[in-house]
Amino acid sequence: MATATQDPTLPGRRTARPGGAGSRRTRRRSPRLRRASLPYLLLLPAALLELLVHLVPMLTGILASFKELTQFYIRDWSAAPWRGLENYRVSVDLDAPVGQDLLNSFFVTCVFSVLAVGMCWLLGTAAAIFMQENFRGRGLLRAVFLTPYALPVYAAAITWAFMFQRDNGMVNHVLVDQLGLLDERPFWLLGDNSFVALAVVAIWKTWPFAFLIVMAALQNIPKELYEAAAIDGAGIWQQIRKITMPSLHPINRVLVLVLFLWTFNDFNTPYILFGDSAPAPANLISIHIYQSSFVTWNFGTGSAMSVLLLLFLLVVTAGYLLVTSRGRKTADV
Amino acid sequence: MQKLRVAAAVLALGTLAACGSGSTGAGETGKGTPKTLTYWASNQGPSIEADKEILTPELKKFEQQTGIKVELEVVPWADLLNRILAATTSGRGPDVLNIGNTWSTSLQATGALLPWDAAAFGKIGGKDRFVDSALASAGAEGQDPAAVPLYSMAYALYYHKKAFADAGIDKPPATWDELVAAGKKLSTGGKWGLGVEGSNLSNNIHQVFVLAKQHGADFFDASGKPAFTSDGAVAAVKQYIDFMATDKIVAPGNAEYAQNQSLQDFAKGDTAMILWQTAATTLESHGMKPEEWGVAPVPVPSGAPGTGQNINSMVAGINLAVFKNSDNLDGALQFVKFMTGDEEQKILNKTYGSIPPVKTAQQDAAFNTPDLAVLRDTLATSAAALPRVPEESQFETAVGTAVKELFADAAQGREITTELVKERLTKAQQQMPTK
Repeated sequence: MATATQDPTLPGRRTARPGGAGSRRTRRRSPRLRRASLPYLLLLPAALLELLVHLVPMLTGILASFKELTQFYIRDWSAAPWRGLENYRVSVDLDAPVGQDLLNSFFVTCVFSVLAVGMCWLLGTAAAIFMQENFRGRGLLRAVFLTPYALPVYAAAITWAFMFQRDNGMVNHVLVDQLGLLDERPFWLLGDNSFVALAVVAIWKTWPFAFLIVMAALQNIPKELYEAAAIDGAGIWQQIRKITMPSLHPINRVLVLVLFLWTFNDFNTPYILFGDSAPAPANLISIHIYQSSFVTWNFGTGSAMSVLLLLFLLVVTAGYLLVTSRGRKTADV
Repeated sequence: MQKLRVAAAVLALGTLAACGSGSTGAGETGKGTPKTLTYWASNQGPSIEADKEILTPELKKFEQQTGIKVELEVVPWADLLNRILAATTSGRGPDVLNIGNTWSTSLQATGALLPWDAAAFGKIGGKDRFVDSALASAGAEGQDPAAVPLYSMAYALYYHKKAFADAGIDKPPATWDELVAAGKKLSTGGKWGLGVEGSNLSNNIHQVFVLAKQHGADFFDASGKPAFTSDGAVAAVKQYIDFMATDKIVAPGNAEYAQNQSLQDFAKGDTAMILWQTAATTLESHGMKPEEWGVAPVPVPSGAPGTGQNINSMVAGINLAVFKNSDNLDGALQFVKFMTGDEEQKILNKTYGSIPPVKTAQQDAAFNTPDLAVLRDTLATSAAALPRVPEESQFETAVGTAVKELFADAAQGREITTELVKERLTKAQQQMPTK
């Protein structure tokens, strides 16, 4: 993502010098101006593309959220009648099934995201720290750990869907037939267990990313720190708490945010596991919006829900970055 | 500076997070050259590849006759409707396409498909060539059809001859009571009487639609408003769920079936009966021999299928539609004429195990085998079209999901009461667009 990180000191250099003839000033200023505008000029193609690829569809979506965009109008949707805030009213009306379902789906997604991000981070960090030690087969293990991330999502999730089948699936075969932990064969893709199934697949699929990032970050912590700590008598836990964790802080800040946004918006996993209609305990918001727009052919309401989701994520992201960056600032000082 | 960076990052990540709600472009090929057509076929054979192999020689034949090259794309069922919607939104799509006939009215409402008025029918040999019930499932009542029928199908009861013989049942059940009684005899030793696809929304709809008809109910009233909670509709849904919940002739595991696993179970001999449309090709691809199964009409309360409350199938089938935005309408009509011509109708319907909706082609002896005769007679005498309202696809989702959830409840041992069924159907009705 182009985060527009041009040197912010550049415009500040363009201080007007008092005095001097007007002609001289313009002559002198123009190369500076040119220099100052160069970064913007270089960014322009990227910005334009960004506009085209992201902002235009986003604005279209926002526009659609104010329209009655049903099957009667999708062919020529400029002719669709305006509905004002009606789509939003329907989406947040908690007395009606649409609003209730959206709220329920929102809660499910929040719980799911917190759980999945937490587990991904924990597993990834733990594995990365264990893998720091040099031992035989470390490279192989690292490669094995990364496979879920390297597999195509569709193939991986559909394999899980087969494994979770009640009668012929491997999960039940192991749990019921081989280990004898359960007497009854539970359903994993229906009812309450569907949340567990979804969380397992999502964590399995995403934790290698956390592992990869943390592993890379660990390489940058100087060995001397650990050596010095060891000489001072710090145990392994103290080393992790006092050296590893603080050094990982900036990485974690970005990692957790990215993991959160990915998990919160995850569409592929629930869609492949459950198809068009996910069971209520696993009805993530992205699939809920998909169903509200594509399956019921009401793109206006679907867009309104998307906009609400976007607003929520913007608030969360902004709040998160503000809080964490403030924390970092004080730590730096 | 810090703030600026935070703001930039927020904006960038927000963009990342935004759900795409714009339109997706459909592949556009062959535009500008009137000597080509793009054709989206639905997946009718055992696989996409098989469909390509079946259709390509026929398309070559069309090219020889007319000089028009047809570019074929076989679209899987899971994607077809979304692809059509995307094509409708963008105005860029195929010239000719297959649609599930139950979508006809919904898609007709979008205005993306060429209406088949007398002039258009004139170019393909006239409206009279087609069977009435098939034409009736090609759009809303009183409007020009949005498509023409291509392949017709109907539901039938497929049963295992050997399992029936072993259980001492001498003939296939003709009423639901007989079916339940037979099912109970057959459900022993890890085997089950009946197979269902509990998580397949469309299939759920097809079954409860017919059962509702038999209870004298419809899911939409005469004015086209949803009427999901009438006593007849509730009783119909409950009857279907009770095969698992009360009668215990359906394996609980069937609640999560959505990928035709019930056909596999049937082929393996784990279930003795299924209610299915044109299952022959798929059963054979699972290794069954045609003499191993029997085909009978779907049971009705009176034992004799007919009209009214003795309906025992929906009118299933595939329609062929022309995209209004096509820049080769003339070629598209020629192609429809070719595909609905007697010769192609015989070849394709024979291959796919379906019934030709074209009267003259239906007379062919190939469609008079015991299997196909059942399907043909059902279509001719005791099949009804699913509700012909623009909200049909929403109805499939809402009620199909309600049935799926009830199956899930039944499979997990929860009691299925009339109140519970009514509650779920009420919720489904509330999800329908209010307009």
